[in-house]
Amino acid sequence: MTFETRSIGRRLTLLLAGVAALLSLLSWGMVTALAREATQRTQDNVLAASATTIAETLRSEQGEVRLELPYAAFSMLGAISEDRVFYRVTADGDTLTGYDDLPQPMAGRRGQIVFDTANYVGVPIRIASISRRILAGDGPVLVAVTVGQTRDGAGAIAAELSRLAAILSVAFFLVAVALSAFVAQTSLRPLNEIAAAVSRRGPSDLRPLERPAPADLAPLLTALNRLMARLGESISRSEDFIAEAAHRIRTPLATVRAQAEIALRTVSSEPEKDRLRRIIRAVDESSRSAGQLLDHATVAFRIEDLASDNLDLADLASQTVAAMDPTASMRDIRLHLQTASAQITGDAVLLETAIRNVLDNAIKYSPEDTTVTLTITRNESEACLTVMDQGPGLGDEPVAVLTERFRRGNNTDGIVGSGLGLTIAADVLRAHSGRLELTTAPNRSEGACVSLVLPLA
Amino acid sequence: MRYLLVEDNIELADAVIKRLAIDGHAVDHAITLSTAEDCLAAASYDLILLDVMLPDGDGRDFLARSRVYLETPVIVLTARSQVSDRVGALDQGADDYITKPFDFSELEARCRAVLRRRGGLVRNEVTLGPVVFDLLAGTLRDGDQTLELRSREIRLLEVFARHPGQILSKSQLMERLFSYDTAVTENAIEVYVGRLRRRIDGIGLRIETVRGLGYRIETSDP
Repeated sequence: MTFETRSIGRRLTLLLAGVAALLSLLSWGMVTALAREATQRTQDNVLAASATTIAETLRSEQGEVRLELPYAAFSMLGAISEDRVFYRVTADGDTLTGYDDLPQPMAGRRGQIVFDTANYVGVPIRIASISRRILAGDGPVLVAVTVGQTRDGAGAIAAELSRLAAILSVAFFLVAVALSAFVAQTSLRPLNEIAAAVSRRGPSDLRPLERPAPADLAPLLTALNRLMARLGESISRSEDFIAEAAHRIRTPLATVRAQAEIALRTVSSEPEKDRLRRIIRAVDESSRSAGQLLDHATVAFRIEDLASDNLDLADLASQTVAAMDPTASMRDIRLHLQTASAQITGDAVLLETAIRNVLDNAIKYSPEDTTVTLTITRNESEACLTVMDQGPGLGDEPVAVLTERFRRGNNTDGIVGSGLGLTIAADVLRAHSGRLELTTAPNRSEGACVSLVLPLA
Repeated sequence: MRYLLVEDNIELADAVIKRLAIDGHAVDHAITLSTAEDCLAAASYDLILLDVMLPDGDGRDFLARSRVYLETPVIVLTARSQVSDRVGALDQGADDYITKPFDFSELEARCRAVLRRRGGLVRNEVTLGPVVFDLLAGTLRDGDQTLELRSREIRLLEVFARHPGQILSKSQLMERLFSYDTAVTENAIEVYVGRLRRRIDGIGLRIETVRGLGYRIETSDP
């Protein structure tokens, strides 16, 4: 029945988690790039220092360029990693010392260090190169010092940092998802609280909801309250209408009946008396049907939203007996009640209606000067109110047929009835997870035995 | 007994008054709640029959209002047969309720039951020679001997008690004893009279058969 789209809470959580995932990915990428950049700069600085140190030992001696390779220039390179180191010193393009196939980047301006990345002996290396002019013999000589180093160490550091960044990003993402769920739940809480407040209410509680709510929910709350007000108004209007209609129909019926009964006493001719009796009978029939239709409507209405009061079946039975006793004693029918306390849960109005209908049937079909016995028995899980009369019994039709709407037994000649009594009782019991059992009294050749079975509280 | 009937339907009220008068009750009729208040201020009643929907208000509200000072038992006449409505009326202090349209014998039975329940306050006794007949309790007292009667015996004796020395025909008795729709023959009256005769045997009351006319109650005055 309820048409459900994806929950707001889940949608909000997913959305926030998506944003968190994007941010985590971005931050991981940035950290990785920065780590690579930082390790490269560190390597560059060391390479530059190394190249500069070598270049500073260059001097001209007797017209020749001389150099002493300082140990420190290489040891500082070894300090950062185990990477292989290559060098080359050239004077005017001729290699003075070192690996003469080491690529030499285009010399920049004098005194300035130039960096480059190249492939050497099959591995990528980072190169720093510095050039100087040295006066030697017949003129200035352009000397270039190039120091290269493989990049394993720097790469490893960058990869390590990137891995750390990845771990941190995942952790960040997980925390963000948890927070998103929490945030979604928190922001939906007022909504859930309103829903809970509405569903906690009793069936007939249509008062407006008065509770603090976030500004966003104010329109919803207002609409809900307006709906409840309209519903309450419509229910009370239809209740008033039923009451008014019943009054308007039944008061004239009562008048007809009363006047006919008075007339019955004053006329003496038997055919006229018979006619009057028929009038009274018709009035009774219509008012009884109206009453039971009303009962049936009430039952159908109340079953929708069943009240759950704590009740004692014995109290219900004795109240009903008290109400019906004057009617029964008019025909010298004794109501005999054998009670035992039996706690049940249910709707008092409905259960009394059910008992009243069953008892009313029993009285109606009992011959004069007999006894209707009401007995309450219980076992460990069920309470049972049995109404037994000394009437003609229920005939031989099955329960399902007898409790059909407007169905009357096949031995009801001459008794006013609408056929709704047992239907109402059966409906009420079904709504209380109980049942109606119909049998013909065990020890007599006659008599109906109707049991109302209810689960104990 | 003095009854107050609060009912705005004049036709119905008329019939009820007539019927109660047959039983020898005096009935004051109020069409509105304000008239009812005036009546209650002016006289005291044994029983109030109160309609629910009246031109100047709801009978149940009136009941709730006046219950504080009113000790008279009240039977509510309602058009609704919903249990919830009945519960409402009883909660507000009604002693019983009866659904319109009602059978006069049922109304009578309920009035009697309510008055009997209230006990003490109200007495309705008829002296029949040496015997005191308590119509509410349904007992016959002869000195210190008390005899309890059944519902139908009470009603039969009541008819005789209201017409001492008068001959009552079988059909007159039938009308009082049986609901209109019970299929009874005049033989049933003979059965009940016979039963009542046996019950009251030896306490100074006698039901005589007047051949061809009916029955008459005789008291053996001491």
